[in-house]
Amino acid sequence: MAETGDGKKEDADYKRLQSFPLIRHTDMPEEMRVETMELCVTACEKFASNNESAAKMIKESMDKKFGSSWHVVIGEGFGFEVTHEVRNLLYMFFGGSLAVCVWKCS
Amino acid sequence: MSVSYKVGTVKSKQSPNVNTQPKAPVVKGVKTTGKKKDEEEGIDTADGEEWMQGKTLVKPPDQLDLTEEELKEEITRVLTANNPNAPQNVVRYSFKEGCYKTIVFVDQMAIHFELEGNLVHKESDEGRRLMAKHTEREDCGGDERLENVPIKPGKREQKVTNQFNFIDRASQTLNNLPREISCQTEPPPRANFSATANQWEIYDFYVEELQRREKSKEKQESQFPNKEEDRSKKKMIQAEAQSDDISQLAKPAEIIERMVNQNIFDEVAQDFMYFEDAADEFRGEKGTLLPLWKFQYDKAKGLSVTALCWNHIYSDLFAVGLGSYEFTQQERGMLLFYTLKNPSFPEFIFNTDSGVMCVDIHEQLSYLVAVGLYDGCVSVYDLRKKSDQPMYNSIASSGKHTGAVWQVKWQKDDLDSNHNFFSVSTDGRVVSWTLVKHEIVFTDIIKLPPVDKVPDDLKNVVATAGTSLDFHKQKDHHFLVGTEAGKIHKGSKYYSSKFLEMYDAHFMTVSCVRWNPFHPNVFISCGWDWMVKIWDHTINSPVFTFELKSSVTDVAWSPHSSTVFAAVTADGKVHVFDLSINKYEALCQQKVVSKKTRLLHIEFNPVHPIIIVGDDRGRVISLKLSPNLRKKPKEKKGQELPKGPEVEIAKMEQLLSSLR
Repeated sequence: MAETGDGKKEDADYKRLQSFPLIRHTDMPEEMRVETMELCVTACEKFASNNESAAKMIKESMDKKFGSSWHVVIGEGFGFEVTHEVRNLLYMFFGGSLAVCVWKCS
Repeated sequence: MSVSYKVGTVKSKQSPNVNTQPKAPVVKGVKTTGKKKDEEEGIDTADGEEWMQGKTLVKPPDQLDLTEEELKEEITRVLTANNPNAPQNVVRYSFKEGCYKTIVFVDQMAIHFELEGNLVHKESDEGRRLMAKHTEREDCGGDERLENVPIKPGKREQKVTNQFNFIDRASQTLNNLPREISCQTEPPPRANFSATANQWEIYDFYVEELQRREKSKEKQESQFPNKEEDRSKKKMIQAEAQSDDISQLAKPAEIIERMVNQNIFDEVAQDFMYFEDAADEFRGEKGTLLPLWKFQYDKAKGLSVTALCWNHIYSDLFAVGLGSYEFTQQERGMLLFYTLKNPSFPEFIFNTDSGVMCVDIHEQLSYLVAVGLYDGCVSVYDLRKKSDQPMYNSIASSGKHTGAVWQVKWQKDDLDSNHNFFSVSTDGRVVSWTLVKHEIVFTDIIKLPPVDKVPDDLKNVVATAGTSLDFHKQKDHHFLVGTEAGKIHKGSKYYSSKFLEMYDAHFMTVSCVRWNPFHPNVFISCGWDWMVKIWDHTINSPVFTFELKSSVTDVAWSPHSSTVFAAVTADGKVHVFDLSINKYEALCQQKVVSKKTRLLHIEFNPVHPIIIVGDDRGRVISLKLSPNLRKKPKEKKGQELPKGPEVEIAKMEQLLSSLR
């Protein structure tokens, strides 16, 4: 029991420790990357329970800022293979369990 | 007149009978004469006769002959509203059911006559409009009205072309010729990317990231003093990255500069690599020097070349020290680095406050350059750094020389693996400088013994100026110092009080002493007394002596052969000797500069068969040795020619033994 209790504490700890947004792969230029990352963090925090709305918000903002057309996937478990315009891809983790993939392809 | 009247038998009587059969056409054949007659007769006779006569039927000639039964038959005729001409069996294909279906309801209307009216209701829009128009036109003028009146009533009611009050006006302008222009853009490049987002992947990645961060934190803590630098460097780098990308052109620009130079000096480069003077075969022993590149820097025009040094690792890079030998003309100095690949502009430029007198490049770490200045300072430059300032500089408090430094030489790293070098100067001290972390520490090695001519009281005050310094190639602790008085002292690093040996070399200043790179016992010296002397350090008197008719400013051994050396004199000549070929004369005596220019220094390239000479105008000229000057000893037939330093030593030994 104690062990499982510890395990749970560890999980909670690690989630607290590792909630920072972490970029897994990107080829965006510096400014774009920072802006996009902040946007994703804002959207995920705002719509913490609804991935669809978060994705919608991200996609619409990206379309406005950087041109059409962007695609956004948010989730906890998925695999993907996408074709993206060079220098327009961001794949990041957030909140310890959420993965966000944003790419542009018109 | 008697008229025969017959009662009841009138033949010619024909009166229309209402009761005739319906099928027969209406009998209209009423003879008027008969009627007249009847009437006449009627009038004449009594009325009853006529009524009696009405029952007889008269048939027209074309009436159908039908039997009595047929006549009685009743035939009904019905009046319907159907159009007899309308089709009764219209069939249409139904796509829904995929077959032909009869259509029951067929349009039964038959239009017999159509006439479109030209009356418009007064209250309708159009009517009102037309009325308004009519009143307008009345206001306009009588003439128009007259013309339009017969037309207008019809038009007002009929013309309904525009919804708005438009009058059509048309004109045709000049149309420019159409031209087709098409353009095809390249679509933005695309790339594929695939990954999986699982809980465990995310977790793993986070753990990795945390570990990385911890490691970098540790590093940062240990390098705290450099943190500031790093930050400022990072800022600089960022600023550079954000600024114009012209800085990224530096590398390609450099390459292009070298290419252009190579193109300009193409012949020279070809000569440098491939030209071997064929005429040497006919010249017997003599050789020539082929001038190659000239290295000149604008800002160095007023200065003399005071030092030359080749880089041992990059055999095309050499250092030029510029300063002035004149006591009265002391200004600034420069340290330039040239490469053979770019003769038009120096690679590195360092400005110094006072004239550079000597330069030495470290043998292994070729970015370390030691410089001795006229004001007695020694500095060490680091070529990797982009700054103009020396890495280390000796100042008055740290025991710098009180006179011009004439020679600096790097040594091997000492026991603490610190770099160190020796210097000799006019104040008579031989000093060893050690680079310890961020400072330079001096150690007095030895002081040159005073000159005999100086009176005893002043011996401690007046120093013997050392003008040249050289260390033995193999036995590192042995070194030679040449003095202004013309003496050469042999010393050792281990003995700090006394010199091992003293040679009476020249009558005037010894301008250069050098150990032979191969033979351990031999060294060469030259002085302003026009002499070049070769010594065996075990013997007090010179082995060879050459007189060169002008004060000799520098001499250098060839790195390839133990018996070849070259000397430069103040009259602008270069003398090349090969003792194994000719013991008495120079193989080549060539003037390489114009009149009145003194040659001051000479150096052999460690790899290529070229020499550089510096003159007092700040120029450096490179020359190629012709084949005669680089001869190896002839091999006997059948024997292999052994190579290597032993051969050279043996050569020299042979020479020496022949003299003893």
